[in-house]
Amino acid sequence: MMTFPSLPSLWTGLRSFAMLLALLLPGSLFANTAHTHEYTLANGLRLIVREDHRSPVVISQIWYKAGSIDEVNGVTGVAHVLEHMMFKGTKKIPGGEFSRRIAAAGGRENAFTSRDYTAYFQQLHKSRLPLAMELESDRMRNLILTEEEFTKEIQVVMEERRLRTDDQARSLVHEKLMAVSYQAHPYRHPIIGWMNDLENMTFLDAKAWYERWYAPNNAVLVVVGDVNPKEVFALAQKFYGPIKRGEPLPLDKRKPQIEPQQVGIKRLTVKAPAQLPYLMMVYHAPALRNPSTDWEPYALEMLAGVLDGNESARLNKTLVREQRIASSAGASYDSTARGPGMFYLNGTPSEGKTAVDLETALRAEVEKIVREGVTEEELARVKAQVVAAHVFQLDSMFFQAMEIGQLESIGLSYRDVDTILDKLKAVTAEQVRDVAKKYLKDDVLTVAVLDPQPLEQKAPSAPPPALRH
Amino acid sequence: MHVMRFMFFLLLSCCSQWVSATLPIQHWQTPAGTQVYFIESRDLPILDVSVDFNAGSSTDTADKSGRAGLSLHLLSLGAGGLTEDQIAKGLADVGAQLGAHFDQDRAGVTLRTLSSARERRQALDIFGRVVQRPEFAGDVLEREKARVIAGLKEADTKPGTIADRALMKMLYGNHPYGLRGSGEVGSVSGLQRDDLADFYRTRYTAGGAVIAIMGDVSRAEAAAIAESLTKELPQGKPADVLPEVIAPVPSVQKIAHPATQSHIVLAYPGLQRVDPDYFPLLVGNHILGGGGFTSRLMEEIRQKRGLAYSVHSHFAPLREKGPFEIGLQTRKEQSDEALVLTRKVLADFVVGGPTEKELVEAKQNIIGSFPLRIDSNKKIIGFLAMIGFYNLPLTYLEDYVKAVERVTVPQVKDAFQRRINPEGMVTVVVGAVAPK
Repeated sequence: MMTFPSLPSLWTGLRSFAMLLALLLPGSLFANTAHTHEYTLANGLRLIVREDHRSPVVISQIWYKAGSIDEVNGVTGVAHVLEHMMFKGTKKIPGGEFSRRIAAAGGRENAFTSRDYTAYFQQLHKSRLPLAMELESDRMRNLILTEEEFTKEIQVVMEERRLRTDDQARSLVHEKLMAVSYQAHPYRHPIIGWMNDLENMTFLDAKAWYERWYAPNNAVLVVVGDVNPKEVFALAQKFYGPIKRGEPLPLDKRKPQIEPQQVGIKRLTVKAPAQLPYLMMVYHAPALRNPSTDWEPYALEMLAGVLDGNESARLNKTLVREQRIASSAGASYDSTARGPGMFYLNGTPSEGKTAVDLETALRAEVEKIVREGVTEEELARVKAQVVAAHVFQLDSMFFQAMEIGQLESIGLSYRDVDTILDKLKAVTAEQVRDVAKKYLKDDVLTVAVLDPQPLEQKAPSAPPPALRH
Repeated sequence: MHVMRFMFFLLLSCCSQWVSATLPIQHWQTPAGTQVYFIESRDLPILDVSVDFNAGSSTDTADKSGRAGLSLHLLSLGAGGLTEDQIAKGLADVGAQLGAHFDQDRAGVTLRTLSSARERRQALDIFGRVVQRPEFAGDVLEREKARVIAGLKEADTKPGTIADRALMKMLYGNHPYGLRGSGEVGSVSGLQRDDLADFYRTRYTAGGAVIAIMGDVSRAEAAAIAESLTKELPQGKPADVLPEVIAPVPSVQKIAHPATQSHIVLAYPGLQRVDPDYFPLLVGNHILGGGGFTSRLMEEIRQKRGLAYSVHSHFAPLREKGPFEIGLQTRKEQSDEALVLTRKVLADFVVGGPTEKELVEAKQNIIGSFPLRIDSNKKIIGFLAMIGFYNLPLTYLEDYVKAVERVTVPQVKDAFQRRINPEGMVTVVVGAVAPK
């Protein structure tokens, strides 16, 4: 579910389990942490360099610890809007010039905003790393935000919202589900922001955001590729070193905004143009805080894997293939987040079945695990996938950088990956059953149903619109 | 050995860019007649294998539309005496990943596995059955047909899908490239087990197959793998009978839709995989709308006016002429403005061609970013499969860089003027403002 089109893009909040595994997977087999080096500049910028000498290329990513989680009412979406504005130029590198120079150097670039962070990256031939650092460090502090550019770019962001959310029935379901499941925590807001907030945002909102969060002591620079770590450090010193510290709140000083306990099931219906109903259920669950002492998040990862980690996992095998209640069914859990965790179940009912049928069937699968537990065989299978997916990830510099950046920017360390893999491998069947019993409970559940609406509401019996001119 | 470092670097006079070039591709034919392309790479304990067949959606007919796609889909749902569940478990137990790709020309299956002995053996055993002994069980077929049909009905409510489907029909008429890969509700409903089994027998043959192997095995091991994946395939080589693509009747179709945005798409017959205008059109398109943030369409539509989040132009080269397509989405009320502007940008480019500066920058980007296109096993095996399927020279990647370097402004202008007729485009707008 994570795609990076060649445009500044949102990173949607919900990711697939496979992706999660890929992101979570650590480095003991190939001891990649051994080829990883960390530095901290005097101004607080953290630098992580991983050597990968298979190809003469490099990826440079800067991660800012500011995402939609840090936004307040009225200016939702500003983290992502600022991401767009970051391409609009500085005194030294005027608007459009950033992209032109990277392109002329044979580079690729993009950016993404998530709930927890905002990141920018360039991929280039290794000889061009200084250029990427020069340009990226320049816009850390020297961005020129003008009303004129903002007025145009906010239109682009609104088009992006229409494309990705307003006209996508299932995205709407997810957006509204989050807003209902969370009452207080900022995860209730969509990353792209509410349309009315976008309509009323000004360049001053973006400027305030930039000045507050874009500083070396709120950032992590991740470089992966065919590089010499000492040389990368020297480059970082040269380009980022002179930048003054800002005054961003460190992660542990930001307001915790603990979500009040949910005390009963919540339900919502979303009407939107579509053909099939769709069901999405979400339970509040813990997220990983202390990788070496926590155990529940690992057991929840395994639970999601047993339900939906492969084609023969329980939901596909039982609901899609055997009972044929669903044309698709899934489960996912995201353990790595600054905010609270969530455990998702979702699916599309088969023709002739309803969302209620599917909900009943999904609950039955959960209850079965609570009652009977999972088998050692199932667990071993998920673990084998975890181990293999980790090795496969080493084929991509991009995902190696993602793994490091994501952990570092939510307050964990890239070094935790070894612990995480060991702990995932150590999860027992009993623990999987325990977390299912403890967390997949009605009192913390929110259920959203897409109620599909015909495209032509006045004449539902008309021929399909594609046939008309 | 670092395969991806196995490149020559040469300094180009005009761009002063690093460029890459040669990959150590080994090529042979199996006893069953299958072409094999192999690169040994020991950096990671991973093995990637792909098997491609001349069995894309253009082998469908209108009444059997969806047959090729469904055949590919069912390969792993019961094969060689293993149930779909046994196949899925057997692969997951060793962490192996099965994949597929499918387009108008090609149907391919891919396997990624750890290269360690136990994992590799088990994964390849199952993969061999999937490729060579699919069962197409009637019960599984009925279930999957129902799922595909549900998916089609859902997709046909989405403005992007509606637009693409209408556009391909207008562009290709009765040419099989106009058939949708996933088929239509009516045609999929009618497909029977024999349709798929017969299709497999005639299309999934050893003589027409192309195998690509990349990763942590020796040449001898790769040869044994290729043989084990082909010795039980049906014999023979399917005939290539694709008609030539002719220019469409220029037209505009406007389709109502309740979405907030209009989806605007324009198309014209574009490139063949082997095509004398390949590089001038490719480089020209990079300037027009293929080159990310710096293209003309992006500049005019998005950067200057904020009309759209995404706007692009694209050539999809196929055995016959694949589509040249331009697409964008914009708020309904301004869709006319956006369409007029898009047409103008295209027409200006075709008439005037690129500037020298634009051409230099495009070449710098395409050539300079070449190392990024071959920086992982996964990307390289994709090239191997493509080179094999279209029978391109083993020096394709090296030639590619040189050919881009040679492209001139007059060539781009001339190629666009001969090949792309802005007045002749077919256009679809889904979500047009309804007439009052």
